[in-house]
Amino acid sequence: MAPNPYVFIVIFVGVALVFPLIPLALAWLWRRFFQPPKPGAEKNATYECGVESIGDAQIQFRSQYYLYAIIFLIFDVEAIFLVPFAVAFTGLPVGAFIAILIFLFLLIEGLIWAWGKGCLQWER
Amino acid sequence: MTEQIDEGLRSELQKQGIWVTSMQELYNWGRQNSIWPLQFGLACCAIEMIATAASRYDIARFGGEIFRPSPRQADLMIVAGTVTKKMAPQIVRLYNQMPDPKYVISMGACAISGGPFKQGYNVLKGIDRYIPVDVYIPGCPPRPEALLHAFMELQRKIDSQKLTGKAKAEHLDAAQPSEFPVPAFGAHDLEPPANPNVFHPPKIERHS
Repeated sequence: MAPNPYVFIVIFVGVALVFPLIPLALAWLWRRFFQPPKPGAEKNATYECGVESIGDAQIQFRSQYYLYAIIFLIFDVEAIFLVPFAVAFTGLPVGAFIAILIFLFLLIEGLIWAWGKGCLQWER
Repeated sequence: MTEQIDEGLRSELQKQGIWVTSMQELYNWGRQNSIWPLQFGLACCAIEMIATAASRYDIARFGGEIFRPSPRQADLMIVAGTVTKKMAPQIVRLYNQMPDPKYVISMGACAISGGPFKQGYNVLKGIDRYIPVDVYIPGCPPRPEALLHAFMELQRKIDSQKLTGKAKAEHLDAAQPSEFPVPAFGAHDLEPPANPNVFHPPKIERHS
């Protein structure tokens, strides 16, 4: 009688459970009979670089950082779109050319707006 | 467990292909050949420590294995270099964050006593003022062979540690502390200047 083909999966699951459980059980027995646990405030600390952590991790960023997002869009994302446009330039129909010009116009408008607002000043 | 196996019987059995051991030997054998040092250097001794870990000297041949950048995964702290008073609290904190069993090698003259910078106002006169040191290596800086020798000395120490009884290893003794107080920055010096429970300087005897 041939065994059920799913028997192997059951065996596999059994091995996968027992294989990690044996070392964990041995470690638990070792701790129970030989090695006393020695927890402490510093041993249980979240950070482990040797420097004490200061303050709270739940801080908020100011919403004024949206300016950097806009300037990033103008200078970086625009370049990503311009490279394939430049490569395929000679084979483009008129409609695609006008579409990319509109895209450029929108971003240049944003650049002029950011310039007028003084975002490009290094020191503020 | 504490009973010793008869050496003659043991070697007879070994000739027949039967290996007899005790739990203590097995435990210590596993520990001494898989020491993970903390990846942590302070000054020029750290360069020698890097050379010891690299291919030419290769501490992994001795069971030094991989240097861990986290104290949580390290067994051995090699204090390699000048310990400034600004750095000392961080070293003690890192030592406290290491899990037991943990060992310390004090590498070079600076880590032992302050070395050539002993007179400096900002230099700690030996890391053994705050944490227990297992092996000291003299030298300025010690060569990689010296660090390997210290490493083998530490392996010998681990091999001789007892699991049970009065003289059992510190990490198995619930009364022995695992963390040591971190010194604070005082007005002129670290406070306290030394941990009296750890620091036992040799007594100077004068013969007149």
